[in-house]
This record gives sequence, structure tokens and C-alpha cells, in this order.
Amino acid sequence: MNEVQIDWAGLAPMIIVFAAAFGGLLVEATVPRARRLAVQAGLAVAALLAAFTAVVLIHDKSSAAFSIEGTGLGSVVLDGPGLFLQGTIALLSVVAVLLLAERRTTRGGDFVAEAAVVADSAADKAQQREDGATEIFPLTLFAVVGMMMFVVAGDLLTMFVALEMLSLPLYLLCGLAKRRRLISQEAALKYFLLGAFASAFYVYGMAMLYGFAGTVDLAGINQAGIASNQPRLLLYIGVAMIAVAMLFKAAAVPFHMWTPDVYTGAPTPVTALMAACVKVAAFGGLLRVFNVGLESSAWDWRMILMVIAIATMLGGAIFAVTQRNIKRLLAYSSIANAGYLLIGVIALGDAVGSTMFYLAAYGFTVIAAFAVVSLVRDGDEEATHLSRWAGLGKKSPGTAAVFTILMLALAGLPFTSGFTAKFGLFAAALGAGEVGLVVVGVVSSAILAFPYLRVVVLLWLNEPAPDAPTVNLPSPMAGAVVAAGVAATLILGVAPGFLIDIADQASTFLNT
Amino acid sequence: MNELPLLSALVAVPLIGAVVVASIRRENADAAKWTALAVSGVVAVITAMVALGFDYSADAPWLQFTETYTWVEAWDLNLSWGVDGIALLLVALTAGLTPIAMLAAWRDLDAVKRSVPAFFALILALQAAMLATFLASNVLLFYFFFEAMLVPMYFLIGSYGTGPKKQYAAVKFFLYSLVGGLFMLVAVIGLWVHSGGVFDWQTLVAAEPMEAGSLQNWLFLGFFLAFAIKAPFFPFHTWLPDAGGAAPAAVAALLVGVMDKIGTFAILRYCIPLFPDATRTFAPWVIGMSVIGVLYAAFVAIGQTDLKRLVAYTSIAHFGFIGIGIFAFTQASATGAVLYMFNHGLATGLLFIIVGFLTLRRGSAQIADYGGAAKTLPLLAGIFLFAGLASLSLPGTAPFISEFLVLFGAFTDNEPVAVLATLGIILAAAYVLWMYQRTMQGDRNPALDEVPAMRRDLTLREKALVAPLVIAILGFGFYPQPLIDAVEPAVDNTLLFISGEQADLPAAEGVSNE
Repeated sequence: MNEVQIDWAGLAPMIIVFAAAFGGLLVEATVPRARRLAVQAGLAVAALLAAFTAVVLIHDKSSAAFSIEGTGLGSVVLDGPGLFLQGTIALLSVVAVLLLAERRTTRGGDFVAEAAVVADSAADKAQQREDGATEIFPLTLFAVVGMMMFVVAGDLLTMFVALEMLSLPLYLLCGLAKRRRLISQEAALKYFLLGAFASAFYVYGMAMLYGFAGTVDLAGINQAGIASNQPRLLLYIGVAMIAVAMLFKAAAVPFHMWTPDVYTGAPTPVTALMAACVKVAAFGGLLRVFNVGLESSAWDWRMILMVIAIATMLGGAIFAVTQRNIKRLLAYSSIANAGYLLIGVIALGDAVGSTMFYLAAYGFTVIAAFAVVSLVRDGDEEATHLSRWAGLGKKSPGTAAVFTILMLALAGLPFTSGFTAKFGLFAAALGAGEVGLVVVGVVSSAILAFPYLRVVVLLWLNEPAPDAPTVNLPSPMAGAVVAAGVAATLILGVAPGFLIDIADQASTFLNT
Repeated sequence: MNELPLLSALVAVPLIGAVVVASIRRENADAAKWTALAVSGVVAVITAMVALGFDYSADAPWLQFTETYTWVEAWDLNLSWGVDGIALLLVALTAGLTPIAMLAAWRDLDAVKRSVPAFFALILALQAAMLATFLASNVLLFYFFFEAMLVPMYFLIGSYGTGPKKQYAAVKFFLYSLVGGLFMLVAVIGLWVHSGGVFDWQTLVAAEPMEAGSLQNWLFLGFFLAFAIKAPFFPFHTWLPDAGGAAPAAVAALLVGVMDKIGTFAILRYCIPLFPDATRTFAPWVIGMSVIGVLYAAFVAIGQTDLKRLVAYTSIAHFGFIGIGIFAFTQASATGAVLYMFNHGLATGLLFIIVGFLTLRRGSAQIADYGGAAKTLPLLAGIFLFAGLASLSLPGTAPFISEFLVLFGAFTDNEPVAVLATLGIILAAAYVLWMYQRTMQGDRNPALDEVPAMRRDLTLREKALVAPLVIAILGFGFYPQPLIDAVEPAVDNTLLFISGEQADLPAAEGVSNE
């Protein structure tokens, strides 16, 4: 009989996080309530760091995780880009978990104790003072496993399982905000419904591609792009449907409608997780599908993807200009950034390394930005309306300075990771001949600089209102998140060499 | 030649100084001021060492004092410094004008509740960034500082500026420059892709020239747009009157006196050697823009009611002259243009500082709020007149030499342009003399007598900081030869690219100092 050989070391990062997620469920059942937070957060951080270490140990692997007599099966492919993105996701999630564990900014944290209690009822009022649920940690870990699997999935079916696995816990997490629960629940429902549609599209597209290629394996689909004698229409429909589902997760125009609402409604730590880690996963998947599975049919999808990239860059930037809410502003900025990343997807092979660098750099910046948002409070609620941030530089110069650095990084000023990431990405794309896209990217960056700059103006040049919000310091967890994010933003801006090299070395997909 | 890393020190000293000054508590305002002044003094000393060690002979290497330290190898982004005669002049201008600007702003912040250490730290950071742009010999390194310098200037205008429109002015300045910079970024990347991943300026210049054609034209336009906004040339100038009008006078002196020169400096350093054919192709357009700028800005300056905006407009007219000088491509005109950058820095710097003294006393920059002020402020009025006359290029003052060279060179190249530009001199006389007449002479504005400060003529500190500028303007007006000697080899080297004879360049000094 043909026995399947399993590369346990290669699967170790995912197994560790998966095991920790189940361990977290047991913790819920066994550990007394008062100590759950410390145990859960500790477990999650330890598991993610262990997963990161495991990724580092196997970093030069380039093989399938499952094989029969030396022939790799395509389901899980451990190669440079997959492992780089797994490592990125693990590190970013460590930071995001710290933010989830913050309980100092408001009594009991940002999460509701019992989500099933009817919003605004008497029981809900009563539980406002209780500590938030700690199930968020295992949920997050499950989502993280899904993301890590998504970026190494070598066939469409595995990818779908991973997609569902990363999505379902996130739908739930979005609805767990303690304040403004109705908005939070609305966000969860909206995200869930649209996500379900996206999944349906995905499955339908997968069926079409299977009909075209006779396989769900990405490498096989690529072969079929050259050799198949099935009607090409199947390929077109299949690619379109799969792209819709993945671009939905990546928040590209016109599949972005959910982003501002969900980013605003979800608890801020969850928003940070989505903006950083889910973006990495979604683009990891896009990079793999288009580089490995659809490279041979590049001429069929290029044009439409270019249109989407342009719409995303310009749409995100232009809508960002009109925003008055800091979380919505960051949401639209994340949409515009998805557009820049799409340039990297379209430029294919040469741009993989710089796209991955961009994902890592952007992830740290955006997590730190949301962490700052979670610190600026009006009483118990976050002060998300921009007018409330006026004059923050007078009352809390440290926080304002940090946020200024983050805004300038997002605007792409030199000496921040925002510049190095953009430079690398645009350079790779220009090298691949995508002049038009790069010019649009630059125009979009110029438009986007305006809303960022307006925030800086508000922070420093405006007079604070008499009842200006307070900055809750010290909040050790959120403080650590901000520190880590800003440090990464500056280090990757001033000395990006090491990560560029790592990303470049890791930029070759295993193409079997 | 490389015993001491002088150029690295020129960038590092003010940068470290900025961090040190920024960390001083705001109660210790005096400590911050003196520390900042001391740091800028050290910078001036280092500059003097560079100037003394510089080889002024015609066959000297183009860039001297070169240093290179690897930074990001994958992008050929290195900390490469080097200085030529043109850069040397502008470095000297920066090093000289910064401490003077600091002294000029010494008391500006006494009345307002703004952090004094932050103000001086920002000035030092600005100085570091400006010096770095003059000294960088790596295209991407230049771009880094070209963009980064927007941040300190933005806060200097927006946070410490005067007038109701300071925020508007700061944002406009930042966005204008950033947009120009982003288009330059595309061109920078395009250059990198085309050259096969080379950013080192010396390597780029020594390589085979880029073939003429649309790629070179587009790259030129990308660079030029950024520089034309920075300079600023007509019609990209509209941010300058707002920024110059809103900035504190000392900062405005640095803004117009030094920072704007980076645009014209960069045209000489980057546009001409890297894209010579495109430079020739677009030269008529640039000269046309420059001539319009000279005349238009002069007319608008005559109509200004605000002193600082008026001086800003006069500068736009002067940048027109610099543009004509560069793009006429004669040795005389290009040398004149470089001298113009230097002399304009001295004259306009002085003019802005004097206007700053006036507005601090009167509490207003509106011309209508003055009138007959010379009666109580004879010395200040005298210096004001002197600065104005220098600004209109009176013979005997340094700007005369440069304007004469520009027009002389332009005349050999294109007579109508020279004739039209000469009209600008007449208009300059009009706006300078009217400005002086309306503020200092004529019937005394009775409101002035109610302002006690308007009776206090120049203090010792003010005299001390004005004196070096006056001496320099007169000194270089009578004996400009040292400046010309410093500039001419670099100008000749640059113009070789226009005539297509760059093979005759003096051998580049080996890139050393790992």
C-alpha cells in the first residue's frame, strides 16, 4: 500500500497553535475565573512564540507536507513565502493577543462577559462591570491557525477549509464588544453574511476550476491553463469567483463595503487583528493562487485585476479624505493599502518578496495605530470621533508623538517602514513593467497623505476641548503593543536590510 | 584626504544636537537655547574646516571629502557623502544662517506658551536634513532627507507660526512638497530600474549617458516637478507666500534663504548630469516659466500689504533669475545662478530677519500699520533699506554680481529673455523702494507712538546677528572672486553634460572609506 509520509516538523507551527487553542478551551473549563485571563493570555503568547520559533527552525524548507513515496501531495506546501507569512502572522498575532489581554483601559476590558445577554437590558447593564470573556483567546488561536494554513494551502480545497477556519472565529469576535453592543453585533452579522456569500462564491469558483482542470491542486490548475481542452469560460468564471472571495477578505474595492462598518463596530483589538493578520493571510493566499495556480493564464485575469487595484487605491484614498472617525479613516486607509498590495500580486514573481515585506511592515504599524486608538478614551468609551482628538499633543504629548510617527509612516515618509515598504513594492512593480499602476499608487498615496496630515494637525495645532478625552496610561499591555509597533515601524524604516534579504530569499514558491 | 569623517559629522552633529535639545525640560528654556546655539557653532566650525581643506583647483575631483558607509545593500542605498563647490557654498550658507536665525528667534517665544526646547530642536533637525541633502551623493539618500525635512518645517510653521492662517499654510506647504516628492519617487525608482539597481551618484554620472527619448524625458519631469515646487518656480509657487507669511521670521529666513535653494541645487546636481538631453529639451519651457515668474512675482509683490508675504514674492522673482541662469547653459549664467543662490540667501535672510524685528516690535506685519517708523528706529530702518537694496541688486552688494552674471550669460544665449528679465530689476526697485517708503518714511502713523517697543532701536543682540550678514553682503559684493573660484569647476563639470563632453571630467575620486 502507498503510505503517506507526513512532515511533522513542517506542520509543527500549525500543530502548536492548534493544540494551544484546544488547551485554551480546557482552561475555560478547569481554571478558576479569576486566573483565567493570565493563563489564557500566557498560553496564547507562548504558543504563538513557539510557533514562530518552529517556523524559524524550518525556514529553508521547500517541500510538500504530505507525500507518497517521495511525490508531494499538493494540499499543504511548505515553501519560502508560506513560511515567511506564517512567521509574520505568528509575530503579529503575539502583538494582537497582548492587545486582547488589555484590561486597564476600561474596567474589565473591551470584551463583553456574556454575549448572549440582550444588549442594553438590565442584565447587560449589570455585566458592564464584569470582566470580559476569556474565550476570545482560543477563538483567536483558531483564527490564527486558519490564517497560517491559508498561506501554505496548496490546493483550493485545503484553502477553503482554512478560509472558513479563520473566518468563523472572527465573525464571533466581532460581536463581542462590551460598549455599543448593537453596533458590534451589527458588524458581526454584516461580516458573517457577506463572508458567507464570499465563501459560496469561493466554492462555486472552485467547482468551475475543477471542471476546467480536473483537479483542485494549484499546480495542476496551472498546467491545465496551458494544456486543458475544456472550455476556457470555465476558467474565467472560476478565477472570477475565487478572486471575489479572496478580494473580499483582502477588502478590495468593490468588495470593501463591510470594512468600515466592521472595523468600527468590532472591539478595537479584534479590528487590529483583522487589519494586520487577516490582511497578511488574504494576500498570502492571493499571491499563492495567482503565482502558482494562475500564472499560465495571467493574460486572462490581469486586466480585470488591474482595474480592481486602481479602483481600490483611488477609492480607499478618496473615501478616507471624507472620514471623521479615526477607525473609519484607518479602515479606508487599509483599503487603499490593499490596492498597493494588489500591485504586488499583479506584478507576480518579482514582487513577491517586496509584497511580503510590505505586509509585515504595514501589519506592525496598523496594530500600533489601533492600540493607540484603544487608549484614547471618553470615560469608558473610545473617543473615535476625530474632533475629540483635537489638541491631544498638549495634554498627552507622548501618545500624540507616537501617533504622529504612525501617521507619517502610513503616509510613507522616509525613515519609517511606510517608505521602505512602498519603495520596495513600487520598485519591484516598475521593474516588472507596471508603470501605470505605480503612478496611480503614487497619486493615491498623495491623496491619502491629506487625511493623515489632518490627524497630525488636529493632534498638535488645534486647541483641546475643555472635556477632552483622557489617555489611559499606564496600560501595560496596550503600551507594550504600541512600543512594539512603533519600534518595528522605525527599525524597518531605518534598517530594513535584514528583513528585505529574508523576504527576498523566501520569495520563491514551490511549484509542483 | 579622509582623515576625519567631516561630512558625516556635519549631518550627525545637528541631528544628535536636536535629540539632546529636545530632551531638555521646557522650564530650562535658556539651557536649550544655548545648547542649540553651541551645536550650530560646532557645525559652523566643521564647515570652516571643510572649506579650508577643499581643493579649489579646476582639475580637482568633482566630489571631495567622499565617505561611503553601506546601509541597505539590496537597494544600493548607502550613506555616501561628498561635496563640490556648489554644495560647499550652500553648506556654508546653511551653517552660517542657522545660528543667526536662532539668535533672531531668541526672544520670539518669550511671550507665547510654546515649548522653547522643541523649537530649537526642530531648527537643528531642519539644519541636519538640509545639510544632508547638499552632501548626499546617493540619489535615494538625497530623497530620504528631501522628504524628511518637511516634518520639522511643518511643525515650525504650523506650531510656532503667526497669523490665523498658519495651519493652512503648514498643510499647504507639506502637501505641495509631498506631492512633488512622490512624483520624484516614481522617477527615482524608474532611474533605479533603468540603471540596473544603481543609486550611487558617482557611478551614475560616470556611466554611459542615458539614451535620449521619452523615458529620459519622463524621469526628468519627475525630478524637475519636485524641484520646481521646492524652489519654487512659477506656477508652482503658491505655497511659498503662505508659508513665508505664516512662519516665524527667523524660520522664514531659513525656509526662503536655504531650503528653497535645495530645489535649484538639485536641478544642477541631478537633472543636468543624469538627464542632459531632457534638460536641453525642456530648457525653453523652463526659461519661459522663469521669465514669467520674474515679472509676475514682481508685480504681485508690489501689491502686497503684508511685509512677509511681500518678501516671499520677491524671492519667487529671484528664483526666476536662478532658473534663467541655470537653463541658459552658459558658464557665466550658471556660475551667476549659483552665486545668486548664495547671495539671495544672505540678502533675503537679512530682509526676513529685519522684518521679524519690526513685526515683533509692532505686533503686525501689515504695511498699513507702519509709516514714518524710521524716526524712532533709525538704525533698524537703515539696515532695512540696506537689505532691500541688496535684494534689488544694487552694485556694491553681493547680489549685484550674481544678477549681472546671470543676465550677461543669458544675453549671449537668448537676447529677448535677457531683456525681459532686466525689466524685473526695474520692478524690483519699485517694490523695494515702495516697501521702504510706506513703512519707514512719510507721515508718521500715529498708532506707532502708542507702541512703546517701536521706540527701541536695535539691541546689542540684534546688532550682533545682523552684522555678519551685512559684512558678508558688502564683502562679497566688492570681492566675489573666492565664491567664483569655488563654484566654477563644479559648474564647468555640470555643463559638460549639456555639451555632451562629459568624458573630459576629472577622474572621480575612488569611492572609499568602507
